[in-house]
Amino acid sequence: MDANFKKQLEQIACKVRIGIIESVHAAKAGHPGGSLSIAEILTYLYFKEMNVDPENPKDPKRDRFVLSKGHAAPALYATLAERGYFSPDELLTLRQIGSRLQGHPDMKNIPGVDMSTGSLGQGISTAVGMALSSKHFGDNYNVYTILGDGEIEEGQVWEAAMFASNKKLSNLTAFIDLNNLQIDGTIDEVNSAKPVDKKFEAFGWHVITIDGHDYDAIESALAEAKTVDKPVAIIAETVKGKGVSYMENAVNWHGAAPNDELFEVAMTELNAALAAFN
Amino acid sequence: MSEVKTVATRVGFGETLVEMGAERDDFIVMDADLAAATQTGKFKKAYPERFYDCGIAEQNMVSIAAGIAATGKKVIVSSFAMFAAGRAFEQVRNSVGYPHLNVIIGATHAGISVGEDGATHQCNEDIALMRTIPGMTVINPADDTEARMAVRAAFECDGPVYMRFGRLAVPVVFDETYKFEIGKGVELREGSDVTIIATGLMVKEALEAYDLLKAEGINARIVNMATIKPIDRDIIIKAAKETGAIVTAEEHSVIGGLGSAVSEVVCETVPVPVVKLGVYDQFGHSGPAAKLLDEFGLRAVNIVEKAKAAIALKNA
Repeated sequence: MDANFKKQLEQIACKVRIGIIESVHAAKAGHPGGSLSIAEILTYLYFKEMNVDPENPKDPKRDRFVLSKGHAAPALYATLAERGYFSPDELLTLRQIGSRLQGHPDMKNIPGVDMSTGSLGQGISTAVGMALSSKHFGDNYNVYTILGDGEIEEGQVWEAAMFASNKKLSNLTAFIDLNNLQIDGTIDEVNSAKPVDKKFEAFGWHVITIDGHDYDAIESALAEAKTVDKPVAIIAETVKGKGVSYMENAVNWHGAAPNDELFEVAMTELNAALAAFN
Repeated sequence: MSEVKTVATRVGFGETLVEMGAERDDFIVMDADLAAATQTGKFKKAYPERFYDCGIAEQNMVSIAAGIAATGKKVIVSSFAMFAAGRAFEQVRNSVGYPHLNVIIGATHAGISVGEDGATHQCNEDIALMRTIPGMTVINPADDTEARMAVRAAFECDGPVYMRFGRLAVPVVFDETYKFEIGKGVELREGSDVTIIATGLMVKEALEAYDLLKAEGINARIVNMATIKPIDRDIIIKAAKETGAIVTAEEHSVIGGLGSAVSEVVCETVPVPVVKLGVYDQFGHSGPAAKLLDEFGLRAVNIVEKAKAAIALKNA
């Protein structure tokens, strides 16, 4: 990857993280940990990979994205705002009465949101439906989704995985955000779905494991995905809370907003990271 | 009296899909390993490339349908009512209902008349479940004629539609001159003493009850309420005002179904007695469908009893 372009992506991801923290802080609620872990994946998808146009968000031929782990809505909203679907100022209305930015993504009202999600396990099935529609009607767009590693404890995920491989939905790519934490504790403590790679392989998917914060790895995985005649699972090993020191690998930041003091700490860290690019 | 043709409403569902398949190719049909029973197998045979079997995974099927609909395409999913409305309830609510997507759910084998399969398959709760979802249209056709018309109408509907069909062959009540419109009840018999509002296979029983009541000097109004949601408030209010007593008749639990929907309108507008006939807060069990309908009191004679009870309440 071109070094300058990578630097641009890194700056964008940093702004996405700032958007996550600012919006969750303003809302006094939300899910920062699992939002911060997917900032690089979302940035790459919306700024490099996907054929989308903020000026024409309903283009029937566009690539689709489904945030199956819908509680990471702050990350999706911040990415869409950076991409130009709406003003970043609107991020501060997250979860407020009258705001378009619902606690979980709402496709009816938010430009750029392709599917309403939030109830775990359903998003991947809807992505499968989109990929099937693309193939069936010859529209030839690609479909991307991100699932949580806790989310894949839902049985519906595996119903969807079975169907997608049986129908050879090679236009479907699912990222699994393997950050090792869910609300009640670590994945291993709660009800681990590991080995995640072996499970998806057994369900007939092509599996690639990467560092989910490494743009070169994301790029090469998505390039590899286009060469196989199967749905592709990209197991993205990530750090929950990535970019905010006290949130990293800390289960208590799954679904809690920082108070004013901790907000300042987070913003100081993220602004310093952003300034380092200049 | 001439021989009355009997046919299950699920047959009209499957055959109408085949007809529409010849007219347009912009929709997909899905089933969950019950295509022969639900009758979508007829569409599968005619248009195999437009049919997808999801296997025994109704929750996945419903959310897949939502994804297809989100790309701007039409999709019909089918399974038994128990699994389409029951097992996949939350997928219907969140994947389909919340984004108000154009998914048609063709649910067959509804009600007690499933028969021999017994309680696990006799869904008496689907109308209640489906009508609580905002924006959902709920249709329960009375016979083959209405079932065919309702499938066509559902294709033109904006937003999700839940259609309820039966396994049991039931008499054909309407001929091709019948006019079906989503959201409109139809007055089948005039009357001023009591109104019987029936849905599904109970419409035929209500028409028989009309004759039985007439022989006793009671003039009952008969209304076919195929659309449970949006409910036809006008025809209910008119009936309440003009007849002063209402009986509802449905092959469904009395909790949450037609009887509840009618009561909700009556209570808030023209409070008159509403007596509900249906399945009274119990599970079904195995047996021949006709015997079960007798046993559970879903017959014309039972409607007659309820009509007299409603009139007594009116006059009390």
